[in-house]
Amino acid sequence: MRDIAKRLEIRVVRKELTIRNKLGLHARAAAKIVQTSNQFQSRISIIKNGREADAKSMLDILTLSCPRGTRIELRAEGKDAAEALAALAVLFDNKFGEE
Amino acid sequence: MPPGNARMVLKGIGVAPGIAIGKAYRVDRNKVSLVYYYLPSPAQTKREKDRFDAAVDRAEADLKEIRAKMAGEFPEHVHIIDTHIHILRDKMLYDETIRIIEEQQINAEWALRQSLENAQHIFAKIDDEYIRSRFSDVDFVAERVLENLTGQNKQSVAGIRERVIVVAQDLSPADTIQLQVEKTLAIATDMGGKTSHTAIITRSLDIPAVVGLENVYQAVRSGELMVVDGHAGKVIIDPDEELLNYYYERQYQLERYRKEVVRCAELPAETEDGYNIKIQANIELLEEVVAVIDNGAEGVGLYRTEYLYLNLDQPPTEETLFWDYREVAEIIYPEMVTIRTLDLGADKLNTRMRGSTETNPALGLRSIRLCLQEDITFRTQLRAILRVSGITKNIKIMFPMISGVGELRAAKAVLEEVKQSLIKESIEVDENLQVGIMIEVPSAVAVADLLAREVDFFSIGTNDLVQYALAIDRVNENVAHLYEPLHPAILRMIKQAADAGRQAGISVSLCGELAGEPLYIPILLGFELDSLSMNPLAVPRVKKIIRNASIEESKDYLNEVLHFTTAGQINEYLCNLAWRRFREDFELFADEMGNLPAASGNGQ
Repeated sequence: MRDIAKRLEIRVVRKELTIRNKLGLHARAAAKIVQTSNQFQSRISIIKNGREADAKSMLDILTLSCPRGTRIELRAEGKDAAEALAALAVLFDNKFGEE
Repeated sequence: MPPGNARMVLKGIGVAPGIAIGKAYRVDRNKVSLVYYYLPSPAQTKREKDRFDAAVDRAEADLKEIRAKMAGEFPEHVHIIDTHIHILRDKMLYDETIRIIEEQQINAEWALRQSLENAQHIFAKIDDEYIRSRFSDVDFVAERVLENLTGQNKQSVAGIRERVIVVAQDLSPADTIQLQVEKTLAIATDMGGKTSHTAIITRSLDIPAVVGLENVYQAVRSGELMVVDGHAGKVIIDPDEELLNYYYERQYQLERYRKEVVRCAELPAETEDGYNIKIQANIELLEEVVAVIDNGAEGVGLYRTEYLYLNLDQPPTEETLFWDYREVAEIIYPEMVTIRTLDLGADKLNTRMRGSTETNPALGLRSIRLCLQEDITFRTQLRAILRVSGITKNIKIMFPMISGVGELRAAKAVLEEVKQSLIKESIEVDENLQVGIMIEVPSAVAVADLLAREVDFFSIGTNDLVQYALAIDRVNENVAHLYEPLHPAILRMIKQAADAGRQAGISVSLCGELAGEPLYIPILLGFELDSLSMNPLAVPRVKKIIRNASIEESKDYLNEVLHFTTAGQINEYLCNLAWRRFREDFELFADEMGNLPAASGNGQ
């Protein structure tokens, strides 16, 4: 019973970070975020100043408009939330392979 | 005018240089015509959604096929197609269209048009020009799906058989990529601008291109002979033999000159009589360092640091700045990087100053004045710069808009405090860090001798100096014609600052558009400066001109010019000089009248 409850438990994970790659969240970076996010079931969002973009929608991310230096919050909700966030954090840390 | 005649000459924007001569090939990219209707019954809804799905599937399959072809030929551009594949299934387009079909009971074409328009509204509100212009990608993707829905097929550029000049209203990135380089001599389009995909891709493929021609597609017939001049941004349709020969000759000469200049970019800028001057680059973005190195610039004479502060709610963190400066410094090493501290107006720096309006911002709280007031922002930047200096040891620091000794001392005092606090934290800073100032306010010129005693170098910033000295706002079209970099007052001011620097034994450089203008080089040398800093792309040609020049002659030219009374007279003298003494470096760039591109009134 407890296992099932645990498995069903919806988890929310958050992480704050600053965009460090040169171009900010432009087309190529946004495409990589979508690609990575799509590997997880969790609902994942990128939040900037209270505005939320779906991390599985490239156009949402683009139109959030995040140049370098923007502070954002990543938020994932679902059973693989922690894994999703970890995977995305690596992407941001590596500056989307730009440099 | 060039010799001969043509049926028509069109003016556009040259986005990729070079001259191409060949037959036109029109590519039809008209938008598909659509029929809108309400679904006859709710039972049709599912079928309509399936029809839409099938059209999206086909578009995806097509894009994947293009992607596979491209991966072999142009792997660096594959990401553009990846972007399109993502957009195809993006909820803003896909989910939204499905939702509209269900909700409004309308056909898929109509629903897709609506979601496209919604997306357009969202994009139109974005400040960032790059992102705003990415709407064209959404548009191209939607067009593909619409084509599939209506069964209308457009002509593909992949079918081109011989070497042609591709003429179109507009080209999608997929079109541009499918162009086979060996079959495409040049591109001419009605639409597009400097940052369109066509521009970027043609530059990287080295195909001449002119865009924004407005009606070239209407004007030319397939098979007609035409010339695309990517330098002048011109297209000539059906030239006669005389004109044609003129362009053949020009094409050959330009190509030869271009190759030679770039091949010799690494050679030092040393005059015939052995005078050496450092040629450096002005940059604004980290990614420009590649151009600095490729064009043979000897370090960065001016790193403008404003970019990281724009469009942000708060100033960037020390870490962000540190990594940015460090990357530039490490790539440029062992050459030097001169970092200019923040040179922004209060309106651009989003602080508590925001919203306060000044009636005269150019004379208001900006640049070093603002930094001295926004203490924390200033200190954060100085900390980042000093930390990098301790690691790479190739940093110089430069304060902008210094108007007198008092202001300089105030800025230096802050720098010293930041330095001491870093030392206290056991963070290494470069003990020999050179500190200099921009000479761009007329009062600084007047007291240049006093300032020179308290700094390690001067950098004369001509753009602002001209603006402040002549009291001309050059973006104000009512007075832009009075923006004269060659005004005798400016030359005298440069001389006064340069002489003061030399007498005090400090180095003096010149940055700003003036420094990279080939026509001015012969007299700029006469000031006996230590370096010139300019747009990286200007470096190879400037270096070549200097290698053909002589310092002794240049001093004479300058002395002569300093006796002239108007900018017009000086300009004429320089054109004649270039024509007489530096013919091989200028004649190719002369316009059809045989005139050299006039020393720009508006600084462009």
